[in-house]
Amino acid sequence: MLMRESGCLGQECWSREVLAGWYVPRTELGYPRCRTSSYTLYLPSSLITICMLFNLVLQSILFLPPQGVSQKAHKKLRFVPGIVYIDEGGAVGQCKEIRQKTTSELCEMFRSTGFPFYILPLEQVLDLPGSVVVAPSSLSDQPTSAYKAAVDLFLQSGGGTDVITQEQEGVSLPDVQDSQTQLLQQLMDSAKTLTAKQDLLSTLRQHLLVHTARTKGYSKLMLGDSCTRLAVKLLTSISLGRGAQLAEDTGFSDCRYGDVVAVRPMREYSAKEIAYYNRMFKVPSVVIPSLDTKTPDKASIQRLTESFVTKLQADFPSTVSTIYRTGEKLQTACRSSSAEDTDRCLLCMCSLDTVVEEASALQATLISEQLSQTKAPLITGQNSVEPEPSAAVGRCCSAEGPCEGTQVAAGCCSSPKEHEAAELRSLLCYSCQRTVRDMVSGRAAAVTRMKLRSQREKIIKNSSTTLISKLGF
Amino acid sequence: MAAPVAVHLEFGQIFFWWGGVCNVNLCVWFAGDMKQLLVWIQQNLLKERPELFVQGDTVRPGILVLINDADWELMGQLDYQLEDRDNIVFISTLHGG
Repeated sequence: MLMRESGCLGQECWSREVLAGWYVPRTELGYPRCRTSSYTLYLPSSLITICMLFNLVLQSILFLPPQGVSQKAHKKLRFVPGIVYIDEGGAVGQCKEIRQKTTSELCEMFRSTGFPFYILPLEQVLDLPGSVVVAPSSLSDQPTSAYKAAVDLFLQSGGGTDVITQEQEGVSLPDVQDSQTQLLQQLMDSAKTLTAKQDLLSTLRQHLLVHTARTKGYSKLMLGDSCTRLAVKLLTSISLGRGAQLAEDTGFSDCRYGDVVAVRPMREYSAKEIAYYNRMFKVPSVVIPSLDTKTPDKASIQRLTESFVTKLQADFPSTVSTIYRTGEKLQTACRSSSAEDTDRCLLCMCSLDTVVEEASALQATLISEQLSQTKAPLITGQNSVEPEPSAAVGRCCSAEGPCEGTQVAAGCCSSPKEHEAAELRSLLCYSCQRTVRDMVSGRAAAVTRMKLRSQREKIIKNSSTTLISKLGF
Repeated sequence: MAAPVAVHLEFGQIFFWWGGVCNVNLCVWFAGDMKQLLVWIQQNLLKERPELFVQGDTVRPGILVLINDADWELMGQLDYQLEDRDNIVFISTLHGG
């Protein structure tokens, strides 16, 4: 029996509720609905990647789909799942032997599910092409008739079992070069704080997941965020300056990547329910350490927020659900009518929140930061201190060249290195700027890579613009 | 004082990884309630970092305790008197241990 905020449930009733709840996201995923834009129409036989992270949620998520895709299931799930696991041992500092042992155990577990699976070392993120930071346009809405036709086709084809059988054969554990691991460790070590490290790790992982889903032909990416995790993430994101990206970071569907949509089907379940489910249904598990394993409560903002929420939940059981329900109401305000027109952050791929007017909260924050760091105040003829308008991020130096102002104001770039840093900042959202700011050594390598990607992006954009003009549009 | 009873303790693998608990599964003879059991565990089983498991009188928030596969909140939590052949399971729901 399990005690919940709404009362206690017996095992049978609770397990029925869990399995029924699993099908709610199915309706959200599958059917054309006249609801908010967070629900995306998709066609059956779409490949969906289940992202395997090191938490309890994903252990259970692996075992729910077999019950759903089984032909005997009362309500069948009409998609073909694949599993991807990102081995982050290189970033955490694990030795090769332990990584091999863990991936072997996971390999056996994945094989038993019968789904195709991919085990990738995080080191592969260092070799991703520049196109990973370019969000292709999303699939256009399909009419209802196309959906019904696709359902019939999917059922006739036997539910995609051919794909499953083919992909499971010949899966081998990836080989990781020591030089790549060292590079990755250098990149992680360049972040001074654990907060920045965790943020960076999360971003790198996400890029690799999206790239894998894209290259393997998967249209959806299932993430294992539970209700509790999302409540913590919501408060953490606010603390990290990601208020503008809350809807995408915590919503059911995340469309920032364009062709690959990230979904969170487990967001209705609390961590306690998931743990109980795993126990009741004897779901096998493999313990994998993360960056903040065995760290004190105040080691990072993420850790501190988790500690705060879980402690509050113990005394006030409605804490997590209240935070979660509040987060459900969040939506992203669109600045332009076309998604392609909005500039996106190079790291997190969300719309830039730094392009704002003068009298904005961001401007006030930046001016306060600048003034608090300024050693000598800038004094004008009237003996008053005027904050430089160049405090705006990325506006002091344009992309075309360095600052040409005669006055060297605090925060204004006065050297090629600072110009490079300002250029990089203009490509990042506020939160990612703070993460990159925390990176000391290895920053040059990170900057160079980002610069190359942004240059490639500009070339792609310029090429398409030239083509469009030549066609006479 | 009540006679000792056989109690089966089970810890999720994460506890072993923390380095806090020597055995994942063990059977002990114990007389008392859950509060006294937690004190006993802290003194005898936790090798290091007891604060990752115990906070004050009770377990750290985020750790799920099951008594015979039932939530311990339904059984009286710390006041539950242990009975013969009880199965106590500790599961961590915390991210990163």
